[in-house]
Amino acid sequence: MIEVEHLTKRYGNHLAVDDLSFSVGEGQIYGFLGPNGAGKSTTMNIMTGYTAPTSGEVKIGGYNILDEPEAARKCIGYLPEIPPLYQDMTVKEYLIFAAGLKKIPRKNAQSMIPELMETTGITDMQNRLIRNLSKGYRQRTGLAQALLGYPPVIILDEPMVGLDPRQIIEIRDLIRGLGKKHTVILSSHILSEISAVCDHIMIISHGKLVASDTPENLPLLMSGTNTLQLTVRTKEQTLRSILDAQDAILSYTLEQSAESDAWDAVIRTRTQTDLREALFFGCAQKNAAILNMQLSRMSLEDIFLELTEGDPGSEETNDSENDGEKTEKGGDGNGSNLSQRS
Amino acid sequence: MAAIYRREVKSFLNSMTGYLFIAFILAVTGIYFTAYHLRGGYPSFSYTLEAIVVIFLLAVPVLTMRILAEERRQKTDQLLLTSPVSVTGIVAGKYLALVTILLIPILVMAAYPLILAQFGSISFPEAYTALAGLFLLACSFLAIGLYLSSTTENQVIAAVLTFLVLFLCYIMNGIAEFFPETASASFFALAAAAAAAALLLYYMTAHPAVSAAGFLLAEGALTALFFLRPSVYEGLIQKILGVFAITERFSEFASGIFDLSGVIYYLSIIVICLFLTVQSIQKRRWS
Repeated sequence: MIEVEHLTKRYGNHLAVDDLSFSVGEGQIYGFLGPNGAGKSTTMNIMTGYTAPTSGEVKIGGYNILDEPEAARKCIGYLPEIPPLYQDMTVKEYLIFAAGLKKIPRKNAQSMIPELMETTGITDMQNRLIRNLSKGYRQRTGLAQALLGYPPVIILDEPMVGLDPRQIIEIRDLIRGLGKKHTVILSSHILSEISAVCDHIMIISHGKLVASDTPENLPLLMSGTNTLQLTVRTKEQTLRSILDAQDAILSYTLEQSAESDAWDAVIRTRTQTDLREALFFGCAQKNAAILNMQLSRMSLEDIFLELTEGDPGSEETNDSENDGEKTEKGGDGNGSNLSQRS
Repeated sequence: MAAIYRREVKSFLNSMTGYLFIAFILAVTGIYFTAYHLRGGYPSFSYTLEAIVVIFLLAVPVLTMRILAEERRQKTDQLLLTSPVSVTGIVAGKYLALVTILLIPILVMAAYPLILAQFGSISFPEAYTALAGLFLLACSFLAIGLYLSSTTENQVIAAVLTFLVLFLCYIMNGIAEFFPETASASFFALAAAAAAAALLLYYMTAHPAVSAAGFLLAEGALTALFFLRPSVYEGLIQKILGVFAITERFSEFASGIFDLSGVIYYLSIIVICLFLTVQSIQKRRWS
């Protein structure tokens, strides 16, 4: 349904989106996850044709968003980060206007608008000026606008912002329902929102796709990142010797524990190995009492933090690969301008 | 396009702006009409129309300042530009809405010659030609305002810019008279303009060779022409600046001549401004 190929967007010297490629199939819910400023909104703006990419292309339902903009945009419902609402219109007027813009026949619009107001819970607000609405209702009005005409592709940029917990659950259910018939892409910087609704998560950091998989599979991508928390009542020296004896440990850190005469250790191991038994016996031999031992598998939260903060070792190799591609591309796209300047 | 047109017209009539524009123009027209015709007894309606051109310099920016600048500030342009409507359609819808609001006072004004006719015989063709001229003039003002509103997201800047540009056009003939009409004066002015254009080219493309080549070519051509046929340059500044004297064309209409070249002139200004507006919106997509 959506194909994005080698998308790059440059603002002056700032690279907002860096060689992003992905494709989204029909009837799936895709989540864009990334910290603020990672390039989520820019990517969505390019996918909807609001801004043009520096290089690369976007196809929606087979139509190129730049070459056949009207056909491509007809397939899209878009809720930007800031809902594009006219302050001087009432909710109903606004939806009628949006239906006109989307070229929805008047008869269809007449039944569709009340229906959408019902699903987004704004029926009671329909005659209020948008100027007087609270943030949550504005967000929902924007959402109703995006759903107008039930387009095959629905793109939502941070749809949950400003909603209260009950509304979040409602909207989440709504999006889940939409995912049955439509292709939905939503973005967020909050992981729990995304993992609750999405079939597929794409983590973006500094304009690059750093991971793309189902919520279940993402932890498997991370090897060697299980952590074991250990509190042992013994001397530092003794604990070190116990830990050093274990080959499977990748790294560990020691810290004076809050409990008296004890040390806390945070141990990183590979996912496959379970060190708990070995450590138990290791400590028992040295008469060191284990006060606490906890194995924490990597949560999506940790994966997100690790991927977006970036492990310098692995990122560097990625960077050099991409750099190679960039110089190759210099000839055809905007790069020609740059080379002329220098 | 129809949806945008309807929204804009409704928005003008739901807020103060539209009424302010209409009321301001009609109030001043009424004052001049009373002074010139009802009290002064002049039979020609064009006196009033010529007098209120100045009012359009002030009223048009008020009407046009919001039209595109506000879309950008409120981010509602994201809705327009991601909907299946072409940019041309958006601009056309907006412009037609402006013209519709303008038509309201113009239609009211159309009643004035009928009132005048109650007091004696007047020439209707002359009066309505002048009114048509005023309508065309105001339409080209609106197009200029629309374009300038697309260049900024600040309404105030859009209004001030529009007023300045319209005012410059209004006094353009006066400015042209500052320059001597000799061939050498025109030559130097054009040479300076070519140098400025080359600098601008360099600033925009950062390409020294092309800018320098363009500069030398232009200066060479100007110099050659100056020595071969100096007569071409006589009064050339006045001719060139005269193109921008938008209000000047109206005086033809005001004197009762339906000037076809004037109609084409105004239509060209409108088309050029609307084209520039579309380009200015398209350009933002790429920056």
